[in-house]
Amino acid sequence: MSGHDTHNHHDDHHDEVGYHGSYRDYLIGFIASVILTAIPFALVMTGVLPVQTTAILIVAFAMVQMVVHMIYFLHLHPKSEGGWNMLAFIFTIVVVVIAVAGSVWVMWHLNTNMMPVHNMTGMG
Amino acid sequence: MSAVQAPINPDYVDAEGKPLWHPVSEPHHPEGSSTMLGFWMYLMSDCLIFAMLFAVYAVIGGNYAGAVGPHHLFDLNLIAVNTAMLLFSSITYGFAMLAMMKGKITQTLVWLGVTGLFGLAFLGIELYEFNHLIHLGATPQRSGFLSAFFLLVGTHGLHVTFGIIWLVTLMVQVKMKGLIPANKRRLMCLSMFWHFLDVIWIGVFTFVYLMGMLR
Repeated sequence: MSGHDTHNHHDDHHDEVGYHGSYRDYLIGFIASVILTAIPFALVMTGVLPVQTTAILIVAFAMVQMVVHMIYFLHLHPKSEGGWNMLAFIFTIVVVVIAVAGSVWVMWHLNTNMMPVHNMTGMG
Repeated sequence: MSAVQAPINPDYVDAEGKPLWHPVSEPHHPEGSSTMLGFWMYLMSDCLIFAMLFAVYAVIGGNYAGAVGPHHLFDLNLIAVNTAMLLFSSITYGFAMLAMMKGKITQTLVWLGVTGLFGLAFLGIELYEFNHLIHLGATPQRSGFLSAFFLLVGTHGLHVTFGIIWLVTLMVQVKMKGLIPANKRRLMCLSMFWHFLDVIWIGVFTFVYLMGMLR
């Protein structure tokens, strides 16, 4: 159960230092993921809430679940690899947000501002 | 002019004691000490690839070209089972890692095997879905939505495929050489890869399947 104790007295290989997982971590991560997956599926399958509310909720659940996976499964920790893991991750998130949000924004404007003049329904 | 000289790092001095702008010898790095960080960088770049595919899906995912949309094509029950497979495989990989840390070879191999089976189940269900869609005429060529869908979900599936191949390779290596430091390092890399694919799948089932059903 305590991975750190086993590795401390057997040798000091660097490749083992980066590992932070524990049985407890995996269990918490798993139970949280099951709940965070089941609720959005149930919301969409039953359709109990208005579409708009459901959409916002399932995106929120996805965000939370991604964070849960990052912490409990990928063991992302502000201190791991001297902080470089976290720094690279933050940089990636910034690029991802710019790329995805930027694409959607620009293309949405293209679509709305460049509606075809002629009727093109027959060209599908 | 005789400014106070900063103490010079001995690694940056040549034979006559003159300062150099590069280290004389390669600083000592224990073998594999930078592997985990390097692999993390790879995952981040992979993350960017998926971000582009998500962006493509977000942009053209609504272009049905007169064909049916996601509401008529997706079977959420199937996707729920698929998601469960990937989630189970995540925790079983975690158990394999814990067994590895305790140095238990057989236990590690058993959990890796279980993980591989869950991965295969996931792939099987995905291929069944793709096959079903293609039989309905919903091929990647049919509409922008379907092109983006097959590209995004297919890329994820391809990653899982290579993950399984890697997993089997590592099982053979662990069987042959035991839990040597190199093998532990490899298992930790695959662990990151596997859990990373699970994170991507969260995005896929939320934005493609669940949001698709809401349209």
